[in-house]
Parts: sequence; structure tokens; C-alpha cells
Amino acid sequence: MARIELRSIQKFFGAVQVLKDVNLTIEDGEFVVMLGQSGCGKTTTLRAIAGLETVSSGTISIDGREVQDLRAADRDIAFVFQSFSLYPHMTVYENIAFPLRAVGMSQDQREAAVREVAKVLGIERLLNRKPSALSGGDMQRVAIGRALVRRPKALLMDEPIGALDAKLREQMRAEIKRLHIARNSTSVYVTHDQIEAMSLADRIVVMHGGLLQQVGAPEEVYNRPANLFVAQFVGSPVMNVSGVAIEGGAGAAVLSFGQGAGIPVAGGHVGHIPGGKAVKLGIRPEAVLLRHEPGEGFVETTTTNVEPLGSHEIVDVRLGETTLRARVEPGFVADGQRVWVGLDPQRAHFFDGETGLALRRTA
Amino acid sequence: MAEVKTKGEVIFNRAAVIAVIVALVVMLTPIFWIAATAFKPRNLATTVPPTVFFEPTLSPFAKLFTKRSQLREPVEQEVYDNAAWWEKLIYDGGEQVVRNRKSGEVTSSGFGNRYMNSLIVSVISTLLAVSMGTITAYGFSRFRVPGEQDWLFFILSTRMLPPVVVAIPMFLMYRAVGLHDTHIGLIILYTAFNLSFAVWIMKGFIDEIPREYEEAALVDGYTRLQAFWKIVLPEALTGIAATAVFCFITAWNEYAFALMMTSKNAQTAPPYIPSQVGSGLSDWTVIASGAFLFLLPVAVFTFLLRNHLLRGMSFGAIRK
Ligand SMILES: Nc1ncnc2c1ncn2[C@@H]1O[C@H](COP(=O)(O)OP(=O)(O)O)[C@@H](O)[C@H]1O
Ligand SMILES: [Mg+2]
Repeated sequence: MARIELRSIQKFFGAVQVLKDVNLTIEDGEFVVMLGQSGCGKTTTLRAIAGLETVSSGTISIDGREVQDLRAADRDIAFVFQSFSLYPHMTVYENIAFPLRAVGMSQDQREAAVREVAKVLGIERLLNRKPSALSGGDMQRVAIGRALVRRPKALLMDEPIGALDAKLREQMRAEIKRLHIARNSTSVYVTHDQIEAMSLADRIVVMHGGLLQQVGAPEEVYNRPANLFVAQFVGSPVMNVSGVAIEGGAGAAVLSFGQGAGIPVAGGHVGHIPGGKAVKLGIRPEAVLLRHEPGEGFVETTTTNVEPLGSHEIVDVRLGETTLRARVEPGFVADGQRVWVGLDPQRAHFFDGETGLALRRTA
Repeated sequence: MAEVKTKGEVIFNRAAVIAVIVALVVMLTPIFWIAATAFKPRNLATTVPPTVFFEPTLSPFAKLFTKRSQLREPVEQEVYDNAAWWEKLIYDGGEQVVRNRKSGEVTSSGFGNRYMNSLIVSVISTLLAVSMGTITAYGFSRFRVPGEQDWLFFILSTRMLPPVVVAIPMFLMYRAVGLHDTHIGLIILYTAFNLSFAVWIMKGFIDEIPREYEEAALVDGYTRLQAFWKIVLPEALTGIAATAVFCFITAWNEYAFALMMTSKNAQTAPPYIPSQVGSGLSDWTVIASGAFLFLLPVAVFTFLLRNHLLRGMSFGAIRK
């Protein structure tokens, strides 16, 4: 197991810069999930760590040793690929044993290692099959077994379960988590699925446009997004974002949404925001509060859409020039009905309208 | 599989079966004709209408491999009785084997040597073209080669001139450097000729093999060469087999260059067989037996690799 450090990594493909100054430390035994949209550079980062891609500049070290100039074979890292899983001309057993043959292990040791991994993954009965006779989930189990069998310094996984259907994904997610707890291998896991990221990660790395947007524990990324991109990328349904004007002074302020619609908040919640600046308010649907009667800090409006989702419903309400989405109990309100809307100021996020950076309360 | 068929489909299927049978008959008749003639006695070879039922004889093959002359008078009974079975067949046809005056050895017609030459040249040039083609195709498929498209076009362009155009300058060059009428000369020629084809076909097959196959091997601790051997080659086997069959057939059947570039030592079977048509009164059974033996290797080679070929012909559709 090992600690991996990326320092100022840049990567160009021709004239296109795909990685722009990536800095990241992955601790020994940590499970880090890289989360971002397709094309943001996640796979490239992973391939750079594995040695399948050279970096244009910067250093990569594993356990303090710089490896950016070493061949992939000499880095002792395992990789589970996004698309490839197994060699079709080999049986499951041969597939898992293949990495062991590279290091010249004896036949007996090999067999013992393969059986051990197969047992952990529950695929012992499949060892003599050809990959074409496996289900999608089993294929990925074998692919992970292939990666783990060598006991590599680190395990890199590039959307390993992205191609499976939703139910199987959920099951595999749990298995991967269990496996990580059992083996405690340093793991870097790439996904575009935020639920996978939230449920698996010790720390999430949110990536966008070749830059790390935020690195932190899942709760931190969810509750204290560093910028507008993270705020809108993490969380489902998506966080409401709207331009607001902050009117009033230290004691009490009003968040104005235009057309005379404003919600009063205690001054303490907005005191840290410098005046005369374009500001965006971000608020998750569960922090948009709806009531059937007027109240302090609530404004009258009507619902414009109701989206039933079984366990809860998402309700659209107009507020000045914007539409806010609120999360409510099923059957709370009907479409086109009169309601009063308010905000939970504790869970309101403010962002610089130009840079998109979070305007944090000074801690 | 008991799928439901409409009446139209049933009729279409029957029509297709009939079309296939007709095509088969059209294609197999000449081959049957050659095979039949190769086993006929000489007097039945050119009858009108053709003789279909006859007692097969090996005498055309006995004649094919030996040099013969007409018998002036009937052979003495004692000589006939002591002759080997194949020599008797030749006596039966009113001919005798030409023997060396001093040693008494049978003079060969030269067909055996030419057949060996064909085998040597075709097998070696196929091995070379396929192995070099596979490695070249791998390079083009996996690495960024500056001017890749231009190179590939250049490789293909070597096949654009018809052999007849190239043959005379090649002949002069070969004579100047002493490659005329040598095995090496023909092998180089056929390898060069087949290489472009092999590169193009193999590139298609290797492009189909996901890069991740080798990359997985690379992170597992293998070198690129090991990954090539253990992963790419087994996966490309179908393509290699298909390419090998095509290269072999091209080299085996090649006529124009063989005619120009060889005369004796390294001459292959294709220029030899027709040369026998012109010498005196043609014995068609001998020519047919030469053609029959000439057909065999391609038939056997294709038959052995038929499974690979079937998959290989449907280029690209190798993976389920
Ligand atoms: N070999 C390559 N050559 C050129 N561009 C590439 C190459 N690999 C990836 N890219 C580009 O780099 C960007 C990031 O790719 P990737 O790391 O695969 O993204 P992700 O895995 O986050 O979807 C994409 O725009 C992609 O088109
Ligand atoms: Mg990717």
C-alpha cells in the first residue's frame, strides 16, 4: 500500500491542454473518488498515475519516489479499465493469474493467490469459464480480482461499474466498499456518478476542465461547495442558483429576486458579503421551505409544476424573476396552488457572481 | 432455431438454395474436369462427347515427372517385366523413359523441382510478408507515426502498377545484381508484393483489438514486446490466418514475374505447366495432372484454416 502524490501535473494532447496544474495527495489506504463530467480529464489523470500516459510537466510520486519517468510495468499499480475487462481467449482463472505470471511466481503460489481472490469476490465457481459466458457483474468482479491478485501498491479504477444496469451498480458499489474495507488498499476511483462518489469515497475530488475544483470529504463537498460548479454538480436534484440583490444593513437584510419579491433574512447570514458585487445565491431544494399559511420570512407565490418522485416531490415556485425548486413530502401541494415560500438561511450558499467562488463566512 | 417464416421467406430461401447449387456447379465443373482428366488414359482425354466413366490410371502422373521419347518398336518382354509399375504405365502408352546413357538414371521432366520451388518461394514469402506486415500494422495502429496516412498510401501505391509494367525494369535490375533465376530473388519480389496487402489487412484487424488489452498487460508488469506476444498475437490469429491464405494464394499463382525472372533453377510451376502445351502434340492428361497437383496445396491450406477464414472474411465482425 502506498501514498501517491501528484504535483503540478500538466498534460497536453497536441495543442490542447487536458490537465491544468493538478495537485493531489492520496494517503495510504485512502479511497479517493474523482468525480466529474465526461471529458474533464479523469481518465487522463488515472492513466498518468499508472504510467500509460506521460505527463507534460509535474511530478508523480509513490511512497516518496518519483515515478513519472518509470514504465507502467515498474510502478506496481493495478488498473481496472472503463471498457476492457477480460481477455476473451483466456479462462477466468488464466485472466486472474495473468498478472502473476509477469512476476514469475511459482505455479503453487499462483494457484493459491487466484483461489484466495476468487473466494473474496465469490467467483470461485466461475474459474474455468471463458469471459463470454459471464454476466456483466461477474465480468467486473473478475476484472477487479485481476487487479487485486498481485497486491499492488494502489488500485486505480476507471468507471468500473459504469456499464452495468442500475440495480447491479448498487450491489457492486456495496461490494467494492466491502472489499476496500477488507483489503484497505489505496484506491483511486473515477466516476461521473455522484451517488457512487458520495457512497464510496473517503474523499471526493471534483474535477472540471482539467482542474481540481474541490477536494474534501463527501459531506464537506455537499455542504460547503467551493464554487458554483461543485455546488451544481454535486447533489440531486440540482441546487437552485439565482442572482440576488442583497438590500438592507447589518440588522436585517432582504434577498431580492426582482419584481419586488424579496425574502428577509437576519443580517448575520449575509454580513460577510461585500457590497456592490454581483452575487449568486445557491440553495438546495431541501432548504427551500414551503408553507400553507403566511409567516415571518415567507412570501406568497403559486406552484408552477409538481414532479412526484415517490419518496418525495419536487415543486417549482416562482419567486420574482426566478423559479426555485423545493423538496416536499408527497401530496403536500398541488400544481397551481397558493403557497408561501421561505429559505433556510443556514443552508444558503453565496457565490461571487463573476468568479463563481464561494463567499464563505469567515470562520 | 425454429423461427417463424412467412411464405415469401420460404420461397426466397428455396430460390437461394437453388442459386447456390447453380453457382457451385458452375464453379466446380472446371475443377472436376481437371481432376478427371488427370486420371484418364490419353485416348479418352479429348473424346467428343467427353468420357465420364473410365478406369482411372496414374499414367499421366508417371509421365508428368519424367522425360520421355516415342517407342520406335515394341519393348522387349523381359525389359517390360522388370520395369517398375510407373515405367510400365509409360510403356503402355507407347513411350519410353529417357535414361542417362552412362548411369542409366531416369531423366526428370523438371516438374518436381519446379513444384518444390513453388512451395519454397510461396511458403517463405508468405511467412515473411505476414510477420513483417503484422508488426508494421501494429506500429501504425498503436503509435503516432508522423505522416501516417501518407505512409499507408505509399505502401498501397506499390500495388498500383500492373506487374507487366514493372517486370522489364525489374528483370534488368535482377540480372545486374545476380538475383535472376534465384529463389531469394523471387522470395524478395513476392514478399514485397504481398507486404502492402498484409499491412493493410492486418491494420484493420489490429485496430479492432482494444488498446486496453495491451495496456492492462503493461500495468500488470509486462513489457510491450511481451504484451504483443501474449495478447495481440493470439487475438489477431484470425486476421493472420486470413492474410496468410491470401498471400500464399497470390504467391503460389503468380505467373508474370515467375516467367520473366526465372528460367531453370528457381522456376516455379505456373510458367512450367503451360510451357508443356506447346511442345509437340500436347498430352492433355499430363497437363491436367500437373494442374491437379498444383491446385492441391491451396485447397488443403484453405480447408485447414476455414474456420479462421470464415470469421476473417467478415472483417471487423470478429468480436461478438
Ligand atoms: N490520446 C488522446 N489524444 C487527444 N486527446 C485526448 C486523448 N485522450 C483524451 N483526450 C482528450 O482529453 C480530454 C479528457 O479526456 P479523459 O481524461 O478521457 O476524460 P474523462 O475520463 O474525464 O471523460 C477529452 O477532451 C479527450 O477528448
Ligand atoms: Mg473517462
